[in-house]
Amino acid sequence: MSTAVGREELHRLESIWAEKPGLRTFLTTVDHKKIGTRYLVTSFAFFVAAGLEALSMRTQLAVPDAGAIGPKAYDELFSMHGTTMIFLFVTPMLNGFGNYMVPLQIGARDMAFPRMNALSYWIYLASGIFLYSSFLLGSAPNDGWFNYTPLAEKAFTPGLNIDFYNLGLLFLTVSSTVGATNFLVTIFKLRAPGMSLNRIPLFCWAMAAQSFSLIFALPALSVANIFLELERRFDFHFFDRAHGGDALLWQHLFWIFGHPDVYIIFLPAVGIVSTVVPVFARRSMIAHDWLALATMATAFIGFGVWVHHMFATGLSNVTYAFYSAASMVIVIPSGVQIFGWLATVLKGRPVIRSPFLYILGFIVTFVIGGVTGVMFAAIPFDQQITDSYFVVAHFHYVLFGGAVFPIFAGIHYWFPKITGRMLDERLATWSFWLFFVGFNLTFFPMHILGLLGEPRRVYTYHPGFGWGLWNLLSTIGSFTLAVGILGTVVNVIWSRSSGAAAGDDPWGANTLEWATSSPPPEYNFPSIPVVHSVDPNWDVDDRRDDARRLEHAELTLSGGHETIGTDWLDADIEEIHEGPSESPWPLLLALTLSWFFVAFLAGHWVLAGIGVGLIAVAVGGWHLKEPGE
Amino acid sequence: MRRVAVAGGLAGVCMLVLSGCSDDQNTLAPHSSAARSITTLWWVMFIGSTIVVMVVTLLVVLAVLKRRGRLDRVESRGESPGARNVVLISGALVPAVVLTALFIYVLTTVPATAEPKPKDAKMEIDVTGKQWFWAVRYPAQRIKTANEIHIPVGVPVRIRAHTDDVIHSFWVPELNRKIDMIPGYDNSVLLEADRAGVYRGQCAEFCGLQHANMAFYVVAQPRAAFNRWVAREQRPADTTAAGAKVFTQVGCGGCHTISGLSNGTIGPDLTHVGGRMTLAAGTIPNAKGWLGGWILDPQHIKPGNKMPALPVSGSQLQQLLSYLESLK
Repeated sequence: MSTAVGREELHRLESIWAEKPGLRTFLTTVDHKKIGTRYLVTSFAFFVAAGLEALSMRTQLAVPDAGAIGPKAYDELFSMHGTTMIFLFVTPMLNGFGNYMVPLQIGARDMAFPRMNALSYWIYLASGIFLYSSFLLGSAPNDGWFNYTPLAEKAFTPGLNIDFYNLGLLFLTVSSTVGATNFLVTIFKLRAPGMSLNRIPLFCWAMAAQSFSLIFALPALSVANIFLELERRFDFHFFDRAHGGDALLWQHLFWIFGHPDVYIIFLPAVGIVSTVVPVFARRSMIAHDWLALATMATAFIGFGVWVHHMFATGLSNVTYAFYSAASMVIVIPSGVQIFGWLATVLKGRPVIRSPFLYILGFIVTFVIGGVTGVMFAAIPFDQQITDSYFVVAHFHYVLFGGAVFPIFAGIHYWFPKITGRMLDERLATWSFWLFFVGFNLTFFPMHILGLLGEPRRVYTYHPGFGWGLWNLLSTIGSFTLAVGILGTVVNVIWSRSSGAAAGDDPWGANTLEWATSSPPPEYNFPSIPVVHSVDPNWDVDDRRDDARRLEHAELTLSGGHETIGTDWLDADIEEIHEGPSESPWPLLLALTLSWFFVAFLAGHWVLAGIGVGLIAVAVGGWHLKEPGE
Repeated sequence: MRRVAVAGGLAGVCMLVLSGCSDDQNTLAPHSSAARSITTLWWVMFIGSTIVVMVVTLLVVLAVLKRRGRLDRVESRGESPGARNVVLISGALVPAVVLTALFIYVLTTVPATAEPKPKDAKMEIDVTGKQWFWAVRYPAQRIKTANEIHIPVGVPVRIRAHTDDVIHSFWVPELNRKIDMIPGYDNSVLLEADRAGVYRGQCAEFCGLQHANMAFYVVAQPRAAFNRWVAREQRPADTTAAGAKVFTQVGCGGCHTISGLSNGTIGPDLTHVGGRMTLAAGTIPNAKGWLGGWILDPQHIKPGNKMPALPVSGSQLQQLLSYLESLK
C-alpha cells in the first residue's frame, strides 16, 4: 500500500521526533506521552502510600480502645491520607490520563506548551517528595487536609508539620496552575481540523472544565497558605482572634477552593466515564452536547456552594438557605450525566469488559454518594451529621466511587493504548469484584456509624455505642479492597511484558487516540487527522483519507516539531504550531524552586534568597532559546 | 442479579440496624423536638434516596441483561431524539421538581434547630471547649463544673458555646444539632430534653491529639432532682481534709480549681468531682482505681493531655483519692 512518498515522510517524522533513549533524554523529554505515563506511575505510587495510611488507620479502628497506633501517628496518617489522595493522587492521576490522551483525542502531536508540561510534572514530583519528607523529620502535617485555624497556628501546632503543609501545597499549586493553563490552550487551540466545539470529546471537555476550575479555585488556597505561613513565621494575624483576625476566614478561603476541588477531582473522572460508555454501549453518546454543557455547568456552580461545609459554624440562616439551594441545583447537571450514560447503554448493545465493569460499579456507587450529598444540602441534617462518620462514607462514595472507579476504568481501558498489550481479563474481573465488594464493605457501614454518632477524625472510641461491629466490618472491607487493588497492580506489571498483543484499536473505539498505533509513535499521527463527526474513529472513510494524505505528504507537517493550530470555535486551520524539543530547563527550574521551598522551610533566609536568584537564572535560561530555533 | 442482591441486602441491613439500636449518641433516637425534626427529615430523605438508588441500580441491571453487542461493530450512530428527551426529563426536570419540594420542606425544618435567642430559653449555661475537656458555668446559679451538664427535663436551656483555644464543636445528637465553638463568636444551641436520662455528647470538630477523648454527658433530671443537684453544687468544698493539703502541696491547684482551695483553670474544675460519672472528659469511669491510675500516669491514659504525672507517695495518693472522692 505505502508509497515512496509516504515512507519518506514517516522516515522524516521519525528522525525529527525520535528521542535517543538514555539518562539525558529521561531528564529532558517534553513528550506528552512520556510525561503522562510518569504522572500515572508517580501518582499511583502516592495512591499506594495513601492506601497504606488508610489500612493503618483501619487497623487501629478495627476494635474499640485499640492501641495499635497512638494519637500523634493517627493524626499524621489521616492528614496525609487526605492530602495525598486529593492533591498527590487523584488530580495528578487524572492529569496523567489528560496528558497522555488529550493531545491524541484532539489529533495533536503534543500539548501546546511541552516544556511547561515537563515543568508541571517535575514540580509535582518535587512537591510530593517535599511533603512526604516530613515523615522523616517526624513532623508530617497533622491537622487534617482542611487544616483549620487556630489549631494550625504555631501556638497549637508548633512543629514544622503545618509549614510542610503550607509550603508543600504552595509548591504543588505552581504545578497545577501551569498544567491547567496548558490544557486549556491545548484543548481550545490545537484541535484537529474539523473538530468544532460540538465535536470535542467529553473527556477533553472535562479536562477543560477542570482546568478552568483549577485556575479560579487555586488562588484561594494559595492565599490561605500564604496568610497562614506569614502568621506562623512572621507573626501576622490573619486568623488569630486575639489580634483582630478571624478563624472563619481560613474556612472561607479553604472551602472557596475546597468545594470546587471536589469537581476538579470528579469532572475528569466522569470524562473517563463518558469516554468509555459509548465504546462499550456500541453507540454514540446520547445528548453529547448536554453532557458537555453539564460538565461546564458543574464546574461553574461548584464555585457557589462552599458554605455548605460551614453549616455548623453559626452563620445566618439566610446565608445557609442560599447555599442549600445552590447545593441542590448542582445535582441537576449530574442527573443529566447519569441519565445520559444510562440512556446510551440502554439504547446500545453493551459489551461487558473490565473497563465497563468499573463504569457500571461507578454509576451505582456514585448515585449513592450523590443522594447522601443532597442530604447535606438539607441544613438541619447537615448540622446534625456533619463531622460524623456519615460524611466520611458520603465523600468516599463520591470521591472513591466517583473518581477512583473511573480511574480504574481508565487504567483498564487505556492500558492497551499505552503499552500495546491487553490486561488479563480474568484477573481484571476478579480484581473488580474484590474492589467493588471491598469498597462497599469499607464505606457503607460508615453511614451507620455516623448516624450512631461516631465523630470523624477520632483515633479511638470506647465500646458500648454500637460502633464496634461496623468498624470491624469496615476494616475487613478495607483489606478486601486492598487485595482488589493489588490484583490490578499485579495485572498491570505482568501484562506490561506478557499480556496478549492488543493491536491498535482493541475496543473498536470512537475517539482519535485509537486512530494511531498502540503505543503511538512520538509524533502521534503521521498525518494530522481531519474530523467530521463526534465519533471520528468510527468514520472509517475519514481515517482512510488520513492514510491517503500521508501518501501525498499532506498535513504531515514534517518541517519540525509541528502540529496544527486551529480556531477555537470551528477548528479551522489557522497556523502551524511549532513546539520545542528536549530541554533541561523544566527540570532545572523545578530544582531551583525546590531549593527555595526547602530553604524557606528551614527558615534559612540567605539560602532562600539565593534560591530566588537561581529561579531567576533558570527562567532566564528557559528563554535563551526560543522553541524551534 | 448479584448487584440487586447486594444493594437490597445492604438496604435491608441498614433499615434493621438503624431502627433497632438505641445508644448514647444515636441520631436516630431523638429525645427532643429539635432532634426529632432532624430524624424525620432523615427518614424522608432516606426513603427518597432509596428509591433513586433502586431505580438507577435497576437500570444498570437492565443494561447488563441487554442483548450483547460486538466490539468490532458499531450498533448505531448519532442522536436518538426520544432518548434525548428521556435524559432531559429524568436527569433535569424530575430532579428539579423533587429538589424544589425538598428545599421548601428543608426551610420549614430550619426554625426547629435554629440558634436560640435569649428569650427562647428559660435558663442559660455557658460551655467552653478546651483542649480536651468542657468547662461548664451556670451564670444565674453561680455554679462551675466540668464535663457534665445537668438540665431540668422539659425546660428550654440555651447553651452558649465558646472556646478557650481551638475550634471545638458541641454535639449532643439525641437532643439537638451540633454547634461549632469558634474564637470570638457567640454561638448557641437549645437543649430541651423531653424525658429524664443521660445523653452523651462529644466534640465533633477535630481539635488536636485528644479530640477522640473529649466527651461529656448531659443529665436531664426532673425539676426537683435538678434543684437538689444545684443546691449540692453550690455548697463549698471541704478544704480541711488531709487530702486537701496534699492537693495543694503536690501542686494540683496550679491547674485545677477547688472552690475555696485553689483557682487553676488549665484543667477541669474539681469542686464537686466526686459526683461525676466519668473522669478526663468521658475517658475513664469515675472510680477510685481509675482515678489513682489517672493521677499516677495521665499520659498513658490520655496521651498528649496537659496533665503531668506529679510525684506523689503512696500515702499521699490514698489521702488524695479519699479527698477527691468525697467532693460530691
